Amino acid sequence: MTGGPLLSVRGLKVVFGLDEGSVRAVDGVSFDVMPGQVVGIVGESGCGKSVTTKAMLQLVDPPGRIAAGEMLFRRAGGDAVDLARLDPRGREIREIRGAEIALIPQEPMASFSPVHTVGEQIVEAIRLHARQWRPEGGAVSRADARAIVVDLFRDVGISMPEQRLDSYSWQLSGGLRQRAMIAMALSCKPRLLIADEPTTAIDVTTQAQVLALLRDLQKRHGTAIVFITHDLGVIAQMASHVVVMYLGRVMEEGPVDAIFHAPRHPYTRALLRSMPGMRGETRVALPTISGTLPHPFNRPAGCPFHPRCEEAIAGRCQARVPVLRPVGGGQSASCFLHHDEAEAT
Amino acid sequence: MSGPDGAQPLLRVRNLRKFFPIVKGVFSRTVGHVRAVDDVGFDVHEGETLGLVGESGCGKTTTSRCILRAMAPTSGEMLYRRRDGSTVDLAPLSRRELRPLRAEIQMIFQDPFGSLNPRMTLFDNVGEPLLVNGMSNRGERMDRVAELLRLVGLRPEFMHRFPHAFSGGQRQRIGIARALSTNPRLVVADEPVSALDVSVQAQVLNLLLELQQRLRLTFLFVAHDLSVVRHISDRVAVMYVGQIVELAPTKSIFERPLHPYTAALLKAVPVADPRVPAGDVLLKGEVPSPASPPAGCYFNPRCPFADERCRREAPVLRELATGHSVRCHHAERLQLAVPQERIDPAGRSG
Amino acid sequence: MAGAAAEMSAAEERISVASNWTLVWWRFRKHKLALASAAVLAVLYAIVLCPDFFSTQDPERTDARQAFIPIQSIHFLDDGKWAPWVPAAVGKRNPVTLRMEWGTDPARKIRIGFFVDGPEYRFLGLVRAKVRLVGPLDPEQRIFLLGSDRMGRDQWSRIMHGTQTSMTIGLVAVTLSVVLGIVLGGISGYFGGWIDQVIQRLIEILQSVPTIPIWLALSAALPRDWTPTQVFFAITVILSLIGWTTLGREVRGRFLALREEDFVLAAELAGCSRWRIIVRHMVPTFLSHIIATSSLAIPVMIINETSLSFLGLGIRPPAISWGVLLQEAQNIQTLALAPWLLLPGLLVIVAVLAFNLVGDGLRDASDPYSK
Repeated sequence: MTGGPLLSVRGLKVVFGLDEGSVRAVDGVSFDVMPGQVVGIVGESGCGKSVTTKAMLQLVDPPGRIAAGEMLFRRAGGDAVDLARLDPRGREIREIRGAEIALIPQEPMASFSPVHTVGEQIVEAIRLHARQWRPEGGAVSRADARAIVVDLFRDVGISMPEQRLDSYSWQLSGGLRQRAMIAMALSCKPRLLIADEPTTAIDVTTQAQVLALLRDLQKRHGTAIVFITHDLGVIAQMASHVVVMYLGRVMEEGPVDAIFHAPRHPYTRALLRSMPGMRGETRVALPTISGTLPHPFNRPAGCPFHPRCEEAIAGRCQARVPVLRPVGGGQSASCFLHHDEAEAT
Repeated sequence: MSGPDGAQPLLRVRNLRKFFPIVKGVFSRTVGHVRAVDDVGFDVHEGETLGLVGESGCGKTTTSRCILRAMAPTSGEMLYRRRDGSTVDLAPLSRRELRPLRAEIQMIFQDPFGSLNPRMTLFDNVGEPLLVNGMSNRGERMDRVAELLRLVGLRPEFMHRFPHAFSGGQRQRIGIARALSTNPRLVVADEPVSALDVSVQAQVLNLLLELQQRLRLTFLFVAHDLSVVRHISDRVAVMYVGQIVELAPTKSIFERPLHPYTAALLKAVPVADPRVPAGDVLLKGEVPSPASPPAGCYFNPRCPFADERCRREAPVLRELATGHSVRCHHAERLQLAVPQERIDPAGRSG
Repeated sequence: MAGAAAEMSAAEERISVASNWTLVWWRFRKHKLALASAAVLAVLYAIVLCPDFFSTQDPERTDARQAFIPIQSIHFLDDGKWAPWVPAAVGKRNPVTLRMEWGTDPARKIRIGFFVDGPEYRFLGLVRAKVRLVGPLDPEQRIFLLGSDRMGRDQWSRIMHGTQTSMTIGLVAVTLSVVLGIVLGGISGYFGGWIDQVIQRLIEILQSVPTIPIWLALSAALPRDWTPTQVFFAITVILSLIGWTTLGREVRGRFLALREEDFVLAAELAGCSRWRIIVRHMVPTFLSHIIATSSLAIPVMIINETSLSFLGLGIRPPAISWGVLLQEAQNIQTLALAPWLLLPGLLVIVAVLAFNLVGDGLRDASDPYSK
């Protein structure tokens, strides 16, 4: 493989045109995903992290649409394709979706059909994207696909895979269902896996199992993962590179250790401080981020974080929008505390 | 047992059980029971926060609903000490007998969107408990609602707005104002911050701590997030399959857990620091169904230390050190890994 | 702190104090078709309030010599000046069939006017009044804006009075079924247990009985010597006794779902009485939905009444309803000779469509919190 990124998102904008006005859910997001890298996207509700991943799969629901930007994805053949330009219902995105880029959704219950067995659905997916298993062409027989699923189930730690194959999603426990979902996502040997809050709906001990499984699979298969979560603990344990988002913009990005131990952006710092931890003093006031998240129709001018920022520079932060620029240590931040570059107006 | 200040506990729960029948067929035949709460007992002292943690289905919510008498327990006692010092068992009370007690025991809900009536203004939402508890003068109610909104950090002018005008964090404050309107003594908070974002969660936790001090409130804090429970609780009870497996002061339970399940639970929490390596997954398998729990100790199929006795004989909750109770045959002998030195993220110390 | 929740725009401020009904209205008015239909319904109900004002003459006035007069259309201008008139009808007897054949003679103009005095009537059965929306300037003249029937009665005026009957039956029958549905469905859903079982079985029985035969049986059981008013009320009651079941089911479902809602539990924990929980918290939550459902049920009732009357089993002459009017158009001969007698059918279609469109609009708008 060459050294270039597997996915390169540049200046992505997603706009929702509503009756009351338009909402810029994603407002100029840029980041790279290198082959085999785990990129964590973290942020609070409304920061646009889920919409970003939907845009990557061309799954933005109307009235939302990709308004600007590019998402260059290097396909298996080596040629790059701009996902932002693809027809959401076209042949090319359907070839990529589920095969080269797979999704692990938050709620596995909603993602499996209740009237087909889990096995059947994965067999179908494999047969649909036969090229991933038969690069030279030709179909995958039902029996072959079934054998693949049994291997996959064993791979994701589902005991008695032959029996579980024939059960329905609602017969499985939460943990098993999420494992089956991961097997489904892996069934077409994707090169990029998008995990959208995959452990939010499950308990902490099950979460530990699923996270361990994902780490193990990632190590063995070298799949690149984009991991979306609001849980800083999960990000710290999973990601090698972190993107921090707020109100549709990237506030800061960099290697996980730098983000957690030398955060540069005031938002990242405030976010880390406001979390109750498993050490330290209890029953004391936690440092908070003042104010509330602005209503999407009332985006502040300038840096979106400035009304809540303790270090805001008067006259500067509310006037111009800082761009994301390298600030040393492999990190980039969009903050005037660290550079002077503003977005052209 | 008496409280730290020698006083009687505010609430004393003994042998609480709540079984839900499993019915089948046209004739609604009962074929079994879900043992949602299975012999739970604890004390809540005045002014303290007792955290109730466990994974989904462990019975923590059912326990809290029984104490609130949103449902009737199958058996057991819930002795509540009233303001005048008399003690009343909440378990057998009828709807009518409960009504005067409702003002003293209130609840904060998990979902800030579902717990307020969207068709009523803040004044009507927050003022309703006052109205039904006898404050019929509208002006008086207005003053009290304004005072309550100020108390939770909202502007009194918001009174005439509807809940849809507020964010999740603000609605949670409104819910808190409503719960506090009748000057309750015991507040049951059921996952009050789990639907909120990290930054808002910190604001609400601070508010709860501040209010507790100012109003001398007693909290029963039900949650699944261990770091939140650790932050807010004086004592913590860990539940597993309808039973309390360990009950101790916060510091002891988080630093020296005595039950293997507690230890595994603590280890499973992902630490917000990339330099702390992810621990090995201690727990294999799944939580057993409360409809058919295993024989002996309910935890034995997943416990790395289980032996023949654990599979045969159900352990009882026993006090091992002062105020530290555990439901395990081998608690004294186990060398449970103290959660590893977990370095604080630099962000916190900075 | 959140107190700094801050400067809201004027629009947001307006939304923040908007009650449920305001929000429903804001959403409803976005459906242009529903809004137009609501206007149609408003006109129809204005007619219900006072059909005499809208009609040109007494709907019962017969004149065998003026049977089957075709539509006389209104002309507003005469020689370029405002002077509304209708052409007079002139009849010639066909020498072969001996039938009267009517035509219009634009040369003979009957002057008409708006808000003119006509024959006296009582407004809402109380106040004496003479003014009518439209009528001939010369009270001795008769005009037939929508033609006349085989007995020389003015169809325009008969349709106005038929509208009153048919629309009222729809409304009253639905109101009765809503009351029955809410009360029985509410009891069933809120209390559950054996009473729920009894009501559910009753609904199942009522729903499994074929409706046409049961109407036939019940209508046939009405004594022949009842006055039109008595028949009218009997029909209404019959329609609603059968019509409440669907609504009852729905209300029960709502109650069952609402019992699990957090804000209902919150009210319970606040110490609210059962009555208050039902009236303040549960009913308002599904009331807008019930209204939407009922506005979809009214057209069904109207169709039912029309069908019954058309078959001669519902409202009987001399009372007038859309069904009674359509009865006049029962034979093929009438259709060929006097197609305008089918116009009441058109009105039924318009009314039913309008109700359905308004109902759809209301249903979409009724839950502003769903998203």
